[in-house]
Amino acid sequence: MTDRQPVVTVAGVDKTFRTGEATTHALSGIDLAIGGGEFVSLIGPSGCGKSTLLRLMGDLTQPSAGSVTINGKPAARARRDRDYGMVFQAPVLFDWRSIQANVELPLEILGLPAEARRERARRMLELVELSDFGGHHPWQLSGGMQQRAAIARALTLEPKLLLMDEPFGALDEMTRERMNDELLRVWERTGTTVVFVTHSIPEAVFLSSRVVVMSARPGRITDVIEIDLPRPRTEATRELERYFELITAVREALRAGHGPAATAREATPAEGEP
Amino acid sequence: MSARLRYYLPTIAVFVGGIAVWEAAVRGLQIQRFLLPAPSEIAGALVGNWEELLAAGRTTLIEALGGFAIGLLAGLAVAFATARFALARGALMPFAIAANAIPIIAFAPIMNSWFGVTSPLSKMMIVAMLVFFPVMINTVRGLTSADASTLELMRSYAASEVEILRKVRVPAALPYFFTAIKVGATLSLIGAVVGEYFGGATVALGRMIVESASFLRFAEAWAAIIIAAALGIGFYLIIIGIERIVMPWHASIRGTG
Repeated sequence: MTDRQPVVTVAGVDKTFRTGEATTHALSGIDLAIGGGEFVSLIGPSGCGKSTLLRLMGDLTQPSAGSVTINGKPAARARRDRDYGMVFQAPVLFDWRSIQANVELPLEILGLPAEARRERARRMLELVELSDFGGHHPWQLSGGMQQRAAIARALTLEPKLLLMDEPFGALDEMTRERMNDELLRVWERTGTTVVFVTHSIPEAVFLSSRVVVMSARPGRITDVIEIDLPRPRTEATRELERYFELITAVREALRAGHGPAATAREATPAEGEP
Repeated sequence: MSARLRYYLPTIAVFVGGIAVWEAAVRGLQIQRFLLPAPSEIAGALVGNWEELLAAGRTTLIEALGGFAIGLLAGLAVAFATARFALARGALMPFAIAANAIPIIAFAPIMNSWFGVTSPLSKMMIVAMLVFFPVMINTVRGLTSADASTLELMRSYAASEVEILRKVRVPAALPYFFTAIKVGATLSLIGAVVGEYFGGATVALGRMIVESASFLRFAEAWAAIIIAAALGIGFYLIIIGIERIVMPWHASIRGTG
């Protein structure tokens, strides 16, 4: 299912932030190519710039040096062409819209006629198993269901690329595992390319075809680990010996990437990246 | 229906009981009529002066509604213009917040001299000033209340500024806007009645209250106050009704559904 035509190409990217007098080196010398249909996770400690890297791909921020290419065009152009869907840590659903109308929002902006919008949104809600909840409002849904609606919304444009910024970070462990299973099912059915930012090692290993390990100050890629677990991945995958070996491999890569001083920071779940 | 009646029963009981205690107190304690007329006497004044009260109420209501409309439109216009430009907002908002704290009713005599004592316009301008500031300040707050992730989401869809305004900023501003016009509805009646205290058309609630009181016809003054109160409450209820229709999704409304 993986064709090697790159969907994302990050070449020689540097990103610095100026906050008053100080300059923060958020990303340094990032080179990364992601092929069509891949599922790539970005993992690393707080401040390693993984969210910034994702936002660069979405043209929500611009690199200080280097280039980001999506589907063979500059990231800014790809954003205007609506080549990607984005899912944030918070679902960011609008209370004044029903779930169905929330999912239709990107199609409205695209200018699709009402009938086509309704049809496409209905299909996406079916995909994330929210068919019965189209008429509900966001506050009537649980956190996991809200995030599923956000995924459906990101998929309505049928993008080749899905950018996900810790989408399940706010969910409890059991809901998160169920969401991971569902996300893989959606990914296998749509064949979209996913770039997934996470704090969780098991989550990254379970989902990904490759895990990109990053470290902080300056943010850089220290390792890329191929995840050769068989697909489709199911509940049984979480009990394979190879699964645990890969978790250990990612953990060791993370430890190698940053010194003992940074290990303490790993325990803080909240991410305060600029 | 009976469940509904049971829900409102305590409120009705307090109202009827309060009136009864008032009546009994005035009669039993022999309170002087000019201090506090009995409810029965006020009711008599209401019936006896019904036509004059109605005409006065109409004058005052027109002043209040006209001023409310002017203040509302001006407040919205300035809010939409400044919400778009952070620089203008930064420059204007401190003045607006300071102006909102001045007792604007103090300008009533000045408005009378600017627009004419007998012209309803002088009262409308006081009301408009009272309504303008809360509407403007709250609408600006509402229009700028959308959080960063919401705006990033819209940016990821390559949405235009106009689309962001229509689909995010305006709906997000509605709760702030309704808070402002609920305050404005009450203020508009206060502004009109108090504006009339400083002179104006004779058939108006404010004039009736001042003149009845100066001739010691206190029951009539109270009757006019009751009309003013009824108009204020009615206006407020109409806005709450509109609010429920326009934003049934809001937390303050959906909880009571």
